[in-house]
Amino acid sequence: MKNFALLILTVFLFGACSNSSSKKSEEKSTSSKKVTLTAAGATFPMPYYNLVFKAYTAETGTLLTYGGIGSGGGIRSLTDKVVDFGATDAYLDDAKLAEMPAEVVHIPTVLGAVVIAYNLPGVDDLKLSNELLEKIFMGKITRWNDAALKANNPGLTLPDMEITFVHRSDGSGTTHIFSDYMSKISTNWADNVGTGKSLQWPVGMGAKGNPGVAGTIKQTEGAIGYIGSEYAFAQKIQTAKVQNSAGNYILPSIESVSAAANAEIPADTRVMLTNSSDPEAYPISGFTWIILYKEQSYDGRTKDQAMATVSFLDWLISDEAQEQAEKVHYAPLPASAVEKAKAILRSVTYDGTALLK
Amino acid sequence: MNSDKITKAVLFASSFVILLIAGGMIFSLAGGAIPAIKAFGLKFIWANTWNPTEGQENYGALPFIAGTILTSIAALLISLPLSFSASLFLGEYFRGTRLARILGTMVDLLAGIPSIVYGLWGFYVLRPMLIAVGLPNQGFGIFTASIILAIMIIPYATSLSTEIITMVPGELKEAAYSLGATRTEVIFSVIVPSARSGIVAGYILSFGRALGETMAVTMLIGNANKIPDSFFGTGNTMASVIANQFGEADGLKLSSLIAIGLLLFLMTGVINSLGKFIIKKMG
Repeated sequence: MKNFALLILTVFLFGACSNSSSKKSEEKSTSSKKVTLTAAGATFPMPYYNLVFKAYTAETGTLLTYGGIGSGGGIRSLTDKVVDFGATDAYLDDAKLAEMPAEVVHIPTVLGAVVIAYNLPGVDDLKLSNELLEKIFMGKITRWNDAALKANNPGLTLPDMEITFVHRSDGSGTTHIFSDYMSKISTNWADNVGTGKSLQWPVGMGAKGNPGVAGTIKQTEGAIGYIGSEYAFAQKIQTAKVQNSAGNYILPSIESVSAAANAEIPADTRVMLTNSSDPEAYPISGFTWIILYKEQSYDGRTKDQAMATVSFLDWLISDEAQEQAEKVHYAPLPASAVEKAKAILRSVTYDGTALLK
Repeated sequence: MNSDKITKAVLFASSFVILLIAGGMIFSLAGGAIPAIKAFGLKFIWANTWNPTEGQENYGALPFIAGTILTSIAALLISLPLSFSASLFLGEYFRGTRLARILGTMVDLLAGIPSIVYGLWGFYVLRPMLIAVGLPNQGFGIFTASIILAIMIIPYATSLSTEIITMVPGELKEAAYSLGATRTEVIFSVIVPSARSGIVAGYILSFGRALGETMAVTMLIGNANKIPDSFFGTGNTMASVIANQFGEADGLKLSSLIAIGLLLFLMTGVINSLGKFIIKKMG
C-alpha cells in the first residue's frame, strides 16, 4: 500500500514540477537555507494554493511542491509519511484519527463554496429550494420544465429539456461537502445516499475532477452539477441561488461564504460549516484543511525541515496570504479560526519542544 | 570477454528484467487484491454494486465487466466493415499502388494518435453530432464510447489483416483466375478462406486492445457505475473506473480497484494468447 501511494505521488510530482528534488532533507547540509516542502491532497483549494505557494517561494526561497491528488490521496500520503503535510476538504473523524500512525492536527487554510452550476442559455438566477435540490439530484425531477421547478422560478422560461446531472467520477472532498449539505437538508438523501468522498449515485453521469465536471457542464446544455466555486467563476458557468436554513436564496460570494463561518468553531477546528444558521450565509460552504503530525521529529526529519513546515503554515494563515484568497474567489478565514489555527500550530513540537513561540 | 559473450550477457540480462517486471506486476496486483478477494470472494466478479459510501462499502466488478465487454464488442462490430474493406483495398485490390500507399499512411497515422486526442475529438466533435441526432444522456454513453473505440482499433485490425492477405500465395490466386473466376470470386473464395484464421486473430488482438483502452472511453462513457440500461445508456469500463477512482481510494476500495485491474490483466492476457495461438496454428 505504501509503495503504491509513493508511486502515485512520484508520478504526480514528476508531472507537476521540474524540480522534484528528493523531499527528504537528509542529504542537504543544515547550513543551506534552501528547504523543499512537499505536500499533496485536495484539488478544491488548488487555485488558492497555487497562488500563495508561489508567492511564498518568491519571498523566502523555500521551495514548495503540491500534488493535486485529491483529499483521500492527501490523507494517505501523510499516513505513508511521503509528504511534509497533506491537504483535505474532509476533516479526519475520530476513528480515522485513531488509525493514523501518530497524532495529527488540522490547520484550516481558507473558506470555499461548492456551487450548483448549470447550463441553460438565457436562464439566469435559477433558484433552488432544498426540496428541488433533493428531487433533482435523486432523479425525481428529470426535465427542466417540471411544474415544481417552474413554480419556484416564476419569472423564468424553463426549456423542455432533459436534466443531466454531472457528478464526480473520482472520490473528492468537494463531493464530501456537497453530500454533507444534502444529508442535512434531506432525510431521504441521508438515508439512501449518505455523506462521503464518493457515493453510490442514484442518477447522473460522472466526470473526473473539478475541471472535468466544469468542462462537461459548460459543454452540455441542460446539465447541472456541483463544483468548487473558482472553477465556475473561471469558466463563467451559471450558478444557482441556493436556499439557506433561514429560507433566503443566496448566491455564492465572498461575503455569503464568510457569513457561513459565523459559527462556533471548536478548538481543533474540525467542523462542517454547511447549512449555516446565519441568514446571509451561502449554505454549501466549508473550510479546507492542511494536516500534519503534531510531533515533527519522525523518519529522520531535520529540525530545519520541521521549522520550515510550521513557519510556512503560520504564514499561510497570516493576513498576507489570506488577503490573496479573494483573487481566486475563496473567502479568508474568520479571525476566530485564525486564532485557533495559530494556537494549534504553536502546539506542534520537535522532540517535545514547541517549534513556534 | 569477447563481444559475443558481452552481447549474450546483455541480451540475457534485458530479457530477465522484462520477465521480472511482468512477474512483479502480477505479484503486486494479486497481493493488492487480496483484501477485496477476502471480503467478497469470487462473488466480486458478478456482484452488481459499487457502493463506496463509508460504512456501507460494498464492491462488485460486474457493472465494469459489462461495460468493458459491451463497448469492446460493439467497437469490433462497428470497425469490422471498415477495416476489412480497407485491408482488402490495401492487400489485394490496389496493392502497391500510390492510392494504397496514401491510404496505408493514413491508417498508420490513425494508429499513432494518442488516446486523449481521440477523447477530445469525441467530446467536442462526435458528441455534439450525436446530440443533434437525438441520442439521450446528452451524447454520453456506451454507444459513443464504442464509436471512438472502433475508430481507434481500425488501424490494428487493418494492418494485421492486410499483412495476412498479402501473404496469400500468388499461385493460388492465379490458379483461380485461370479457371475463369472474377476478381470478387477470387477474393471471397480464395483469399478470404485461406487468410481466415489470420484475419480472425487480427480482430481478436484488436479486441484485446479495445478492452484496455482508458482515456478516450472515460471521457465519453458517462462514468455511471451501473450496468448500462441500454446500448445508448451511460456506463463505465474496468480501465476507466480505475483511472477515475484510484487517486482517492484507500483500504477496501483501493483493493477492489486493484482486483479489477487484475481481472482486466487476465482478460487481456487470455484474449492475446488466443490471438497468438490462432496465428501460430495458421503460420
